[in-house]
Amino acid sequence: MSKEKMTGAQALVKSLEHAGVDVMFGIPGGAILPAYDPIFDSPIRHILVRHEQGAGHAATGYAQASGRVGVCIATSGPGATNLVTPLADAQMDSVPMVAITGQVSSDAIGTDAFQEADIRGITMPITKHSFLVTDPSEIARAVAEAFHIASTGRPGAVLVDVAKDALQKLTDFDYPTKIDLKGYKPVYEAETSALRDAAALIAQSTSPVLYVGGGAIKSAAHKELLKLAELTGAPVVTTLMARGAFPDSHPSHLGMPGMHGTVAAVTALQKSDLLITLGARFDDRVTGKLSTFAPHAKVIHADIDPAEISKNKHADVALIGDLRLTIDALIPEIKAAFKKSQPDLTAWWNQLNSWRAKFPLGYDQPSDGSLSPQYVIERLGKISGPETIFAAGVGQHQMWASQFISYEHPRTWLNSGGLGTMGYAVPAAMGAKVGAPDKTVWAIDGDGCFQMTNQELVTCALNNIPIKIAIINNESLGMVRQWQTLFYNERFSNTDLHSKRIPDFAKLGEAMGCVGLSCERPEDVDATIEKAMSINDQPVVVDFRVHRDAMVWPMVAAGASNDDIVVARSLAPVWDSQEL
Amino acid sequence: MTDSVRSTHTLSVLVENSPGVLARVSSLFSRRAYNIDSLAVGPTEDERYSRMTIVVNVEEHGLAQVIQQLDKLINVISITELNPVSSVQRELLLVKVSTDANTRSQVLETVQLFRAKVVDVAQDAVTIEATGNAEKIQALLRVLEPYGIKELVQSGLVAMSRGLKPGSPKN
Repeated sequence: MSKEKMTGAQALVKSLEHAGVDVMFGIPGGAILPAYDPIFDSPIRHILVRHEQGAGHAATGYAQASGRVGVCIATSGPGATNLVTPLADAQMDSVPMVAITGQVSSDAIGTDAFQEADIRGITMPITKHSFLVTDPSEIARAVAEAFHIASTGRPGAVLVDVAKDALQKLTDFDYPTKIDLKGYKPVYEAETSALRDAAALIAQSTSPVLYVGGGAIKSAAHKELLKLAELTGAPVVTTLMARGAFPDSHPSHLGMPGMHGTVAAVTALQKSDLLITLGARFDDRVTGKLSTFAPHAKVIHADIDPAEISKNKHADVALIGDLRLTIDALIPEIKAAFKKSQPDLTAWWNQLNSWRAKFPLGYDQPSDGSLSPQYVIERLGKISGPETIFAAGVGQHQMWASQFISYEHPRTWLNSGGLGTMGYAVPAAMGAKVGAPDKTVWAIDGDGCFQMTNQELVTCALNNIPIKIAIINNESLGMVRQWQTLFYNERFSNTDLHSKRIPDFAKLGEAMGCVGLSCERPEDVDATIEKAMSINDQPVVVDFRVHRDAMVWPMVAAGASNDDIVVARSLAPVWDSQEL
Repeated sequence: MTDSVRSTHTLSVLVENSPGVLARVSSLFSRRAYNIDSLAVGPTEDERYSRMTIVVNVEEHGLAQVIQQLDKLINVISITELNPVSSVQRELLLVKVSTDANTRSQVLETVQLFRAKVVDVAQDAVTIEATGNAEKIQALLRVLEPYGIKELVQSGLVAMSRGLKPGSPKN
């Protein structure tokens, strides 16, 4: 490619165009200002958010919904530090994201200059990689490498910090067509011998479980997963990050495992003789007390990140590679192994089905006729349907949204799983709608979460991003309140938000250019949802004023064994607060 | 996992010679709570790379994790575990020992026995330089201790495999 003379700022924007960026979320400021001049002329759509955290989560939502790299941009100092939470969030959930930040001029770096923060240093532990560019000729390469690193291997968050003088100086633009990083060589194809070993274990197992994690969605392995499930006949559990990777309607699906998983899913893992682990990472919220997790199971662990193998749970067979390719290569090996002997899973399924029948997910309607949060969420799922994208905040409403909505497709369930970031839902829904404009996007948010990031509804209203927000308003930090109920003798220290009094969410929504609705009677739920569904030219905020004492069940207390899953409060053993 | 035995392992880590790499490596050890006994870093025969010799104190399972997590750092090119038997491992010691007219000759004798060197002599002290493996350095210090160690500085361990060169850049 012939070299072109331009400023570093122009090179930055041109590099983003070369990287295939069609949209970015951001806010200008002093150090990044040179870049905003060429952004003015660029075909890249820049969405001006109201807080950099909103830009970061929007980039994540965009990436989660579309499968493309999400991009956010901010200035130095506070602009950059406001991206810290979304960067950590994206990295924990393996979301491909590139954050561009301005830095003070290179001669001012290290002098505690105005709006200076060492954002590369700050983000080192919470990104897949981070760059600081002080030479304009290195901008194009840094951007190209950032997109390569963010989107390949195990995806993650990458920061590119560019000094202001590097943006201002002239350089020869030359976008690299080939990236060769000596220290970064992801492995995509699992070893044949390991595939054979895995197939041999599967052919011997009489109580296997397909333990599916977010990697199944990242690698677009859903079709292969369906084939594998049908070939083996094994039950499937999908973690919080994998909801939608396997259809909830499929008879082999036992639901979500973990702290608030279904009894069938949790117990299947506990009693299994073989965990076929697919892009999952044995997170503590799934395993409970690790030493008692799945004690009888051998473990096949398929993951693209070698560091996940045997990190928390010893793997008998490691399949390191892209999950879609791995499953694709595993299927013929299993077919060959099954020709010699195929295990009979009838007894296993009898057991699984009895757990399923005995302990279905459910909830009680409040006796006082007030609104049940689970009912609202269940109706949202039913009325809006399986093509809808749902983005949740963090807490009780997130768990209910995972439990009581049926997910049929990948990339229809977005949430902050690893970091557990309250305030994720509104900006993530905004990003999702930008990434998938033809889809209905609902944010299911808590009244606590909503008050952390709702200002992005202004961005949505002004930029024609008509998302819908269902606030599950129980006027509390509900999950914390649930723990206080169970483990702190109902001493509700600082969890009462009074949000049925202040603020008025419908009016707040109206003030931000949305349609504001509210609903507090069960008989009005369907009509309210349908009204919200009928508005497609404006964001909608619905204040669902729900019963505050509803709790998330089943539950495995933090640090407890999965064997001690509790189905409902009345079935709880004596709780020991030291286990928290 | 908690009942397995900890032991020290020497890792030779080839990294890109670029700003922030040391911070990345030390930050990784810190945030994942890996015990680090020593870390030495310096240039290599190729100016694009530096080599770190890291001594970690972990259990067997932990060692694999340390290596895998290190390998995830983009600036880390390769990692080799160096077996003490098939590698040369050296530390550098500078130690200032109190001496007077009576003890100076005994201290100098010790220096000779350990094939160390005196690099500075003052009225009331001598400064000794020694290189060797950890055992030799420890033994020397044990002998010198009764005379009174006034100041001590040690490099981390540096090490290299015998024979074929390890840790060349990934093609």
